[in-house]
Amino acid sequence: MNILECKGLTKRFGAMTALDGVSFGIEPGRIVGLLGPNGSGKTTLIKLANGLLVPTAGELWVGGRSPGKESHAMVSYLPERTSLPLWMTVKQLQDFYEDFYTDFDRKRSEEMLDRLEISPKQRMKQMSKGTREKVQLILAMSRQAKLYLLDEPIGGVDPAARDYILDTIIRNYNPEASVIISTHLIADVEKILDEVIFIDRGQILFQSTVDAIREEKGMSVDALFREVYKC
Amino acid sequence: MAWQFRNDIPIYTQLIAQIQQKIVSGALLPGERLPSVRDLAAEAGVNPNTMQRALMEMEREELVYSQRTAGRFVTEDGPRISKLREDLARNRVKDFLEGMYHLGFQMDEILTFVKLEGEKGNHEHSGM
Repeated sequence: MNILECKGLTKRFGAMTALDGVSFGIEPGRIVGLLGPNGSGKTTLIKLANGLLVPTAGELWVGGRSPGKESHAMVSYLPERTSLPLWMTVKQLQDFYEDFYTDFDRKRSEEMLDRLEISPKQRMKQMSKGTREKVQLILAMSRQAKLYLLDEPIGGVDPAARDYILDTIIRNYNPEASVIISTHLIADVEKILDEVIFIDRGQILFQSTVDAIREEKGMSVDALFREVYKC
Repeated sequence: MAWQFRNDIPIYTQLIAQIQQKIVSGALLPGERLPSVRDLAAEAGVNPNTMQRALMEMEREELVYSQRTAGRFVTEDGPRISKLREDLARNRVKDFLEGMYHLGFQMDEILTFVKLEGEKGNHEHSGM
């Protein structure tokens, strides 16, 4: 059974169609890149999968369930912008996650924070932007979710922090769960992806594996992206 | 040796090539236990399924073998490793020759060149 399944998924905001009849499925154990230029519908798709938006038309299922309490509990979502209260310490955030999510693995988060030498006493507002993003990712990846939705997880951080974030995603790989990473920084994430979904103006252009693209086109996904979305 | 990847060919074939290189060069010894797929994937910075695919392919080629619970090991079959070494050398030579033909060289010229450069190399080695 697919972890995420969409059928004719459509989302309109007034006269603007953000997502236009999108259908696809994602198998368990996959790390999938959701790739497209700004405004192509990536974030809308992620918010629909997370139940933060309600579809205008079409359907979607997470772990075989329609959006609701049960599907919501299976999804770990990392929003594009920091959504955590800045006055909180790392320890308070862990308490917060533990209260909210029964699948939060506190020990796992502690190990990852230790590795980065982030003290539990540190407050979010005392941290650099890169460290804040790492803490957010650690919290999101410390849940034993079925579907991880990471919206631009490497957007505003330096290359070393980027490597750490990608390494964290690989090390937390679970064959029963899937990860969707939305990004336009393809060259950086390409090697850790199984497959990619190209999205443009609310529609899916295609879904393919990274190695199939390299095999058939003799070019990287990054190069293909530049060709497909040439301005 | 750090893992390095080109952009124009599949990642799993590059993983195979680099692990083969490690076996032939002795960086991985016959019978040596390989790290877990997840650790290898993290080390190379690649997707765990891609690493798994590369190792399955190498299993089919009998360069590595798995033992159900103990993990995955480099083959202990010496002749198999020698054959791999020769196969890799053959491919290198083929590529080299192709490049030289493109430059318009004939076989006898190529051989003279190789010998000359080889002797220079020897000289440098003996000077060390």
